[in-house]
Amino acid sequence: MLIYEQSHTGRRATAQSPAAMGDVSDIPAELLRKETAALPQVSEMQAVRHYTRLSQKNFSIDTNFYPLGSCTMKYNPRACNTLAMLPGILARHPYALESHSQGFLACMYDLQEMLKVVTGMQAVSLTPAAGAQGEFAGVAMIRAYHDANNDHERTEIICPDAAHGTNPATAVMCGYKVREIPTKSDGDVDVDALKAALGPQTAGIMLTNPSTLGVFEQRIEEISRLVHEAGGLLYYDGANLNAILGKVRPGDMGFDVIHMNLHKTFSTPHGGGGPGAGPVGVSKRLEPFLPVPMVAHDGENYRWVTEEERPQSIGKLSAFAGNAGVLMRAYIYARMLGRDGMLRVSEYSTLNANYLMALLKESGFEIAFPDRRATHEFIVTLKKQAKELDIKAMDFAKRMLDYGVHAPTTYFPLLVPECLLIEPTETESKEDIDYFAEVMQKIQHEAETEPQTVTGAPFTQPVRRLDDVKAARELDLRWSGK
Amino acid sequence: MPFIPHTEHDIEKMLKTIGVNSIDDLFDEIPDSLRTDKFDAIPQGISEMEISALMHERANQDGVPTCFIGAGAYDHHIPAAVWELTTRGEYYTAYTPYQAEASQGTLQLLYEFQSMLTALTGMDVSNASLYDGASALAEAILMAVRANRKSKSRKILVPRCLHPEYRKTAKTIVTNQKIELVEIPFDAETGRTDLAALDAYSDEDITALVIPQPNFFGVLEDADALTSWAQERNIFTIAVVNPLAMSMLTPAGEWGDGGVDICVGEGQPLGIPLASGGPYYGFMCCNQKHVRQMPGRIIGRTEDLEGKVGYALTLQAREQHIRRSKATSNICTNQGLMVTASTIHMAMMGGTGLAHAASNSHQALGKLKDALTSIEGVEQLFSTPAFNESVLKLDAPVKDVLRSLATNNLLGGYDLGKDYPELGNALLVCATEKRTDAEIENYRDKLNGILNA
Repeated sequence: MLIYEQSHTGRRATAQSPAAMGDVSDIPAELLRKETAALPQVSEMQAVRHYTRLSQKNFSIDTNFYPLGSCTMKYNPRACNTLAMLPGILARHPYALESHSQGFLACMYDLQEMLKVVTGMQAVSLTPAAGAQGEFAGVAMIRAYHDANNDHERTEIICPDAAHGTNPATAVMCGYKVREIPTKSDGDVDVDALKAALGPQTAGIMLTNPSTLGVFEQRIEEISRLVHEAGGLLYYDGANLNAILGKVRPGDMGFDVIHMNLHKTFSTPHGGGGPGAGPVGVSKRLEPFLPVPMVAHDGENYRWVTEEERPQSIGKLSAFAGNAGVLMRAYIYARMLGRDGMLRVSEYSTLNANYLMALLKESGFEIAFPDRRATHEFIVTLKKQAKELDIKAMDFAKRMLDYGVHAPTTYFPLLVPECLLIEPTETESKEDIDYFAEVMQKIQHEAETEPQTVTGAPFTQPVRRLDDVKAARELDLRWSGK
Repeated sequence: MPFIPHTEHDIEKMLKTIGVNSIDDLFDEIPDSLRTDKFDAIPQGISEMEISALMHERANQDGVPTCFIGAGAYDHHIPAAVWELTTRGEYYTAYTPYQAEASQGTLQLLYEFQSMLTALTGMDVSNASLYDGASALAEAILMAVRANRKSKSRKILVPRCLHPEYRKTAKTIVTNQKIELVEIPFDAETGRTDLAALDAYSDEDITALVIPQPNFFGVLEDADALTSWAQERNIFTIAVVNPLAMSMLTPAGEWGDGGVDICVGEGQPLGIPLASGGPYYGFMCCNQKHVRQMPGRIIGRTEDLEGKVGYALTLQAREQHIRRSKATSNICTNQGLMVTASTIHMAMMGGTGLAHAASNSHQALGKLKDALTSIEGVEQLFSTPAFNESVLKLDAPVKDVLRSLATNNLLGGYDLGKDYPELGNALLVCATEKRTDAEIENYRDKLNGILNA
């Protein structure tokens, strides 16, 4: 039931707003609203009950194993939230004077410095609000760099076919054409195809390493050399940074610019779809172009760095300084982990992924890249089940919900048919991973003996499978009173 | 090991199952030449108790000064229940509702959000949020260029009295796509967008006009006249509104003839704490006929295979994960948790409660203006009706005055000197329903002391 369906004219949470209208007699009547906005009219308790009950219709990390590949759904330590919501942090106005901002700026500066070490980059700007905005900042910097060199012939960005959809979409937003290159059967980029694609028109390449196929790009040094020789720059999509934290750094691989998804690697909450944070790190040659603001430390005091100091900056990406509250949570997490804790992140996420891959391989599932190590994630392909039993990856995914496990990422990356991209993360225990493997076996058994249990799933959720076609054809995007 | 549950015994069994001797063996595909040993600069980890002490110290360092700054971020009351509920793990730690059946809580909530935002703005449809108000404007400009097929110029008229950071953000995001932002001056008397200056563009091919309500000076625009001017010339209209102000002002969906094409804004005044400027969320509403050009996630109501009502992501063919280079935007993650808070906030306040908060903010501004302009050396710059902010002219450098006020634990407003040097010593002050008479009197006394000591 919608909150609107519980509405009664004249009811409201009266404790929560001034008792009466304020005086607006100095505003001309034609500027004033004629009817009160049609929002729900409920009591405070009704609202609390309604939204508590709604929350119970969600899977979440706090309630379920959530091995959503490429999303790094690890435990979000509660301290990060509690401390980021201290009054002095929560009440700080974005335009508070620097005299009333030293505590906040110190945290941001420390985070900036730590992320430089983590990535091996020369400088970091924290301001992009999400991964995709970090990507935008990165490609915009590549463009600004070429423009500053009067190198206007570079019109193309190269993306492997396995790339996250945001990569080509971002390149287009920055005014580039996208050239896709294929992946070889072992999951690495086809270097011959790359050589053929490179030329004076190449502005840069966008790579994820480990790639979205869950493998480490072994010829990255050669790729880096080739792209640089052609005059292009290398963009690192940090979606999979969790897998290599402390082991190898994008800066050392030769990348010129990287974005990080702090909501993945640094465990800030995913919030039902954001907010994220997508800081960018750059090599020396891109430093002048970093988005503002950044934070500087001059001996005693911390202060903002704005466009006045950085005339070549690509500029602002949001009204203030990005998702500061997310950055604060990441900072707290990073401090609790520290050096050894960060190393353990990549080690145990990799251990968990390889262990689960071994269990699934053992029980007969087809691994997409069986001769490769898993990184922090790996791919199972259900093409055999689809062909022989007419049970698709989506059916497995939906049935998993009945067993209390959130489905892995399905149908991404696009080049592996009927795929499940599985990322257990380091915070899951061996028992939880064993359970996932058991669930996969159970569903396989059901697929063979009682397929309708799988194709009809889920049975235990608030709704059965939804009609997506109806949703798109008969658009109903807001409550209209019936 | 913090946040990692593995026992020695687990590790041993897992390695055995994989068939390797050590965890390090799992990294053997990474070339040795790339392995880093440069992690020493990261400090060692500290316990929750230690980080808690450090964060309390830093939070106390910044304190909680009395805030008369607005300029795009507003200190309104937020019911305690809003964030108690929002930080429930089931909302806080879920992700984008890709598996709709296991995400009905978030999906239904987003559908309710879309319903509430359309009620507030008077528009047909809403998406499920963008990053913030400024980047939402940038997306609206890109959308207008796609949707206004009658225009070829890619030229957008942007008033100078729109938030300067919104103008800068839009510039960063759209100019790589050969879109031109043309600045429209404001009337020096009224502080409103200069209608007469617009007429210079009457015969040009213009793609869209941006209309702020209120504008950056807090001044209420003649939104009807601006919208009609554009509509008569087939120019798209993009409203940038304060959503709380919409609870008492004529909604953008009723401006001109049938409302604006796109309405965006900053959602922060609806239940989001100041928190150093983010995370907030941008909202975007539009006319039904443009819905397929809208960026971001959109939730639709549908049925399951038994005919039961359910909610799902819809029109995904617009989005990057399907359309890749042909998507309407590169946006993926948006600001779901902030929207969760805002939805609960709006449900609890209702249309009446929001209008009370908005009108009392306006009333508090009246008191603030009266108090401060009673001081010698302080004048009001524009007498046009305003929402909850106003520009004051001081006879002393604003920067110094703000510093002196800050030593009294008082944030006096936003210095307009950098963005609007033509206004002289101009200070943008803001009041919300939270500012008490005592706080306003204290501000008056302190300012008087500084200016007339």
